[in-house]
Amino acid sequence: MLLGSGPIVIGQACEFDYSGTQGAKALKQEGYEVVLVNSNPATIMTDPQFADATYVEPLTVEIGEAIIAKEKPDALLPTLGGQTGLNLALALAKAGVLERHGVELIGATPEAIEKAEDRELFKAAMEKIGLNVAKAVVAKSLEDAHAFVGEIGYPVILRPSFTLGGSGGGIAYNREELDHKLRWALAQSPTSECLVEQSILGWKEFELEVIRDRADNFSVICTIENIDPMGVHTGDSVTVAPAMTLTDREYQRLRDAARAVITEIGVETGGSNIQFAVNPEDGEVIVIEMNPRVSRSSALASKATGYPIAKIAAKLAVGYRLDELINDITGTSAAFEPTIDYVVVKWPRFAFEKFRGADPRLTTQMKSVGEVMSIGRTFKQSLQKAARSLEIGRGGMVSLRDKVDYRERVAEIRALKSVDGAAGSPPPAKLELPPPTDDELREAILELVRTPLAERLWTLMDGLRLGLTVEQLHDATKIDRWFLTQMQELVDAERALEAAGELTAPVLRRAKELGFSDAQLAALRGVEPATIRALRAEHGVAPIYARVDTCAAEFVAHTPYLYSTWGRGSEAAPSDAKKVLILGGGPNRIGQGIEFDYCCVHASFALRELGYETIMVNCNPETVSTDFDTSDRLYFEPLTFEDVMEIVDVEKPYGVIVQYGGQTPLRLAVPLSEAGVRILGTSADAIDRAEDRERFDELLTQLNLRRPRGGIARGREEAMKVAEQIGYPLVVRPSYVLGGRAMEIVHSRTDLARYFAVALEAAEGRSQVILLDEFLRDAIEVDVDCVSDGDEVVIGGLLQHIEEAGVHSGDSSMVLPAHALPPEVLATIRSATRALALELGVVGLMNVQFAIRGSAVYVIEVNPRASRTVPFVSKSVGVQLAQIGAKVMAGAKLADLGLRHEIVTKHVAVKESVFPFAKFPGVDTILGPEMRSTGEVMGIADSFPAAFLKAQLSTGLDLPNEGAVFVSVRDEDKPAAAELSRKLSALGFTIVATGGTVATLERAGVQATRVNKVYEGRPHCVDMLANGEIAMVINTTEGQKAIRDSYSLRRATLMAGVPYFTTIAASSAAVEAIESRRTSPMTVRSLQEYHRGVASSDA
Amino acid sequence: MSARDAHLVLADGTAFEGHAFGAAGTTVGEAVFTTGMTGYQEVVTDPSFCAQVVTMTAPQIGNTGTTEEDDEARRPFLAGFVVHELSPLASNWRSSQPLDAYLADRGVVGIAGVDTRALTRHIRDHGAQLCAVGTEPVEALLERARAAPPMSGRDLTGEVTCDARYEWTDGSGEWATGRGAADLHVVVIDYGIKRNILRCFADLGVRMTVLPASATADDVLALNPDGVFLSNGPGDPSAVDGGIETARALIGKRPLFGICLGHQLLALALGARTFKLKFGHRGINHPVKDLTTGKIEITTQNHGFAVDREGLPAGVEVTHVHLNDDTVQGIEHPASGAFGVQFHPEAGAGPHDSRYLFQRFLDRIRAAR
Repeated sequence: MLLGSGPIVIGQACEFDYSGTQGAKALKQEGYEVVLVNSNPATIMTDPQFADATYVEPLTVEIGEAIIAKEKPDALLPTLGGQTGLNLALALAKAGVLERHGVELIGATPEAIEKAEDRELFKAAMEKIGLNVAKAVVAKSLEDAHAFVGEIGYPVILRPSFTLGGSGGGIAYNREELDHKLRWALAQSPTSECLVEQSILGWKEFELEVIRDRADNFSVICTIENIDPMGVHTGDSVTVAPAMTLTDREYQRLRDAARAVITEIGVETGGSNIQFAVNPEDGEVIVIEMNPRVSRSSALASKATGYPIAKIAAKLAVGYRLDELINDITGTSAAFEPTIDYVVVKWPRFAFEKFRGADPRLTTQMKSVGEVMSIGRTFKQSLQKAARSLEIGRGGMVSLRDKVDYRERVAEIRALKSVDGAAGSPPPAKLELPPPTDDELREAILELVRTPLAERLWTLMDGLRLGLTVEQLHDATKIDRWFLTQMQELVDAERALEAAGELTAPVLRRAKELGFSDAQLAALRGVEPATIRALRAEHGVAPIYARVDTCAAEFVAHTPYLYSTWGRGSEAAPSDAKKVLILGGGPNRIGQGIEFDYCCVHASFALRELGYETIMVNCNPETVSTDFDTSDRLYFEPLTFEDVMEIVDVEKPYGVIVQYGGQTPLRLAVPLSEAGVRILGTSADAIDRAEDRERFDELLTQLNLRRPRGGIARGREEAMKVAEQIGYPLVVRPSYVLGGRAMEIVHSRTDLARYFAVALEAAEGRSQVILLDEFLRDAIEVDVDCVSDGDEVVIGGLLQHIEEAGVHSGDSSMVLPAHALPPEVLATIRSATRALALELGVVGLMNVQFAIRGSAVYVIEVNPRASRTVPFVSKSVGVQLAQIGAKVMAGAKLADLGLRHEIVTKHVAVKESVFPFAKFPGVDTILGPEMRSTGEVMGIADSFPAAFLKAQLSTGLDLPNEGAVFVSVRDEDKPAAAELSRKLSALGFTIVATGGTVATLERAGVQATRVNKVYEGRPHCVDMLANGEIAMVINTTEGQKAIRDSYSLRRATLMAGVPYFTTIAASSAAVEAIESRRTSPMTVRSLQEYHRGVASSDA
Repeated sequence: MSARDAHLVLADGTAFEGHAFGAAGTTVGEAVFTTGMTGYQEVVTDPSFCAQVVTMTAPQIGNTGTTEEDDEARRPFLAGFVVHELSPLASNWRSSQPLDAYLADRGVVGIAGVDTRALTRHIRDHGAQLCAVGTEPVEALLERARAAPPMSGRDLTGEVTCDARYEWTDGSGEWATGRGAADLHVVVIDYGIKRNILRCFADLGVRMTVLPASATADDVLALNPDGVFLSNGPGDPSAVDGGIETARALIGKRPLFGICLGHQLLALALGARTFKLKFGHRGINHPVKDLTTGKIEITTQNHGFAVDREGLPAGVEVTHVHLNDDTVQGIEHPASGAFGVQFHPEAGAGPHDSRYLFQRFLDRIRAAR
């Protein structure tokens, strides 16, 4: 039995799908029967083909035991499912479940897990083997911490026990911060313990990815050096592999220490990650921590070296020794240490713009939502490649001076309260400053870089451009001089390139060797990127492709896992086969994540099945798509026009799939198409027709389909006018943005005026155009995923949103099949979907979003591409939509593929989103049109309430069976709230409400206790939450003021870990779920069983 | 860093561009590559690289500068040093001199900016061959490469050994991985020894007398040591007639331990054969299985010749094998207590997995008493 890691959250992303999939494959290959459990439907590992029984179920002890009782596994392998998998395994062991059912824990023993994870045990273990750890105390209270700090002084690092991605951790510089942050940290730790640790800020940070087998054979797979010194979570640091600034003596000291650590902790069959801090002044080594499992870093290490750690770890867990295993790339022994002849850079991707009020400073708690990796022959190449892989509109290590006034940025950072959680403090008013002098900028930059921020490396580059020295910047940041010197070389090269008379072949080649993209060169030379590309073609300046081979070319690599670089002798060796290039999704971000990787992987599987050679292009190291054996060939490259075209030039594929990787490749559809590349499936023009506002309106008019009234406005005056015509409330957004960025619902003129400032900021001054649409209040939204071959359209699933319109579809919970919609509405949706697909000429997948008010059906949005819900639908109905879509893109017909009609299942699946709010103290948790979830879970059961309950459990919230429910709703919801309260009372809950609601409830004959609103004086509802007196919250609000007023309530709810529902629809689903649990216990069933049910009822 | 254009030209005519660094001039030698990602200074000062032009496959070299503490010999003996990118800055607390200046001071010709992956693949596919490096025209370099003496048949131990007998007492200091107080005296024959071997013995408390490569068995026995160590070194082992003769005469007289060339000399003395590998084993990630324990060790290797498994005389047992190509990595002659390993248990650079062998030698000595 394998455990997955659940939904994508900050600190736990696709990497555990990658490791779990590898593990499942490896174990099946060995002839084991595999039972897999994961609540995340967007994973490849939960595809039924990868296990004998796949359970998309909550990762809880109760459910875990039910599955174990049913499947009777011999062993449980918990080390591939991240912290979540490990914690569940430990909980199952502690609850006696494993013993009761005779299940052996393999990969890591409970003792080893405890020893590695429990701060005190770990510290004792390290001291036993003579290794230094930072001075620390395990604090269970403020008093413990104060006593310790009295001895060693500030600053101190807080590391709560058993949390993920450093959740709840931080740095405290004074007593006030310590008290505040420690309370938060203790609350985050499941054991209410927190390590308070001596600060070693500024020390260099290294990680070793190691494996060990039961015969005590040990090897280091990869060494990773963090550019950001200690103090920034390694997940948020820009990191480099291999280590760049260690002598052999220093490195071997770390290796010896790593070996001692894994041996002492007792990991006997698998991989571990061990982190060290090294004092740059004298080489002193401190062990920071150890993860007794595969991790994000081990996924990175696997991709960086070509050594598949998870696969090897799975085989070690079932009894193999390292020397019995083979390195797939070279055919030599797997018992060795990879050596690489290139430099890998990993760069995290952040999403602070999605979380207003979030503290942007990087600390020991991870805040990034994704990452990219790049491979080049030098650090400079890789650094620039990583910078452009991030897809944040930067072609490399460009200057930010035209976007950022560093003086303002300094003011913003200064204004941040030193204590987290004091949200609501408004950002300082925009300073009206005269253009900065270079002196002012240098001063600002020197101050700014002292604080680790997402854009620090860019800022450092600007500092170097302004003449700050490596020494000055090293003093300010403690970043190793070696990295800063490399950046200095880039700055020097920029100057030379600007000054160069003509871009001759040698000049171009040298620039390319330094990693400059065509876009960067174009900007430096004041020309278009196309001009640089043409010039390169003229001079024959093209990259070569080298292989990732684990051995620095000592042996021949049999696997085409490639990266671009500059030199002689390309190793691409393209074949003459008919091949398809699949463009992946790039870094995970809010709105574009694992779902798209899932689709790309399935495109590859499907096309391989049809006999095509598949070529994957992606730069996200967490993913299954970048596993070297997912596709026939893998190019680990940025998804820019330049990088993709170079691959096209070498491979000359039959066609390219752009519709599976989300917005990233979709944006390339038009330029690729214009460059003569065949786009498979839906044409670039059809994509444009669905995206361009005016063309889209024409399309709907032509098909006689209804859409919310709307308009485009250029400038504030026009916006006011358009708004009056349509009427409030309105959905507004800047015209160019994606993923609901800066999308809002405005309720009044003043609201719109306020919004205008926000929109302008989001547009970074580029555009004043905003789109305004009638907000369909109280409408129900429906997402439809379908597949079309150009002649036939088959609906994959029709998903009804549980929240009313206004919540971004990526954040909304949904139910499949749609329940509680009248048949004629469903019929209208189906025929509209069909008409849209045929008219657009969709070949492949399409997603349509509808809003339904009464019997009126409105088309909100059409996306002629794979959507986020494709894997969810596929898991539920048992049809591989992504594979079918890929096959029709390659020319197959739906009828031939056996897909003739929509499948409406008897079972019910509920999709629920998970949010990173706990990582961002101070951020409002209210949902709106801007997407903010990082991941999703699926609950699947025979009835809607049961599926909803499972979905809630999977997000980590258990619905209460008893206690007090706090009800506070807007006026129009009061009748419905009264009904729900009546049901809750009948179920034995007590109702707590604020004044107005109490009155309504009492009129309806429901007993309720009155509690103060926050501004009505204490004790108030937030106090009750903080005291643990509230078991569940039902709170609906409308209007900016009410929303602001209820902010502290939402934060308190989050902190208390109490289920919280902000719509009547979701609240009633919750009440139904609570009811259903009373009457029928939760049962578990595998996807294979569900799908057999579909097949038999279909037959 | 100088920007003088330079070339590395292989005897087969393949030329690689780069720019000169280190000492000025032209050099010739056998082109080989080594795959260690750390330890370039140890590579530069490993006497076993004598007459070889060594390519680092790791792409960024010179990052941590150099420090006398990490020297493996009194000076470098390698013929030339080839890197992909040379760091303009030495960034490490121990560094006392950047690599460029270090090589210039010690007369080592370097070439940077070379596509070392292309060069490595060429050597891998076509085998190790002679080359020339310098700023002269390509044709001139090609001529020099072709005129250079081949490695097979060369005894280079005389070029790298010490001038006269000396005692060694320095241990590894703060870097030591083992400690001991063995009251034993070992005579070390220096065929081009790496200092880390001496440091490892010193760490265990062994008293050492180091003799030049010309030492005979009588010279050794005159010192009445408890054991004799045959060091690593450069060149073709089958050409080191004196060393083979000395080893033969010592077998059975004293416990013997050989590393790398020393291991090969021991094997030849016992009647085995050696052969030249296509491009050798050079790096710090080579997996070796100790057949006596079944354990895997990740080892440092630097050898172009190996002991032939075919025709091993009776009484000689294979104790270690290479997991990648099954070559002989260790032998033992139980009758005399002599043993040797092809790899480098002293590491420097490389992992410390095999340090147990020094203790094993001391155990043999004690058992023989």
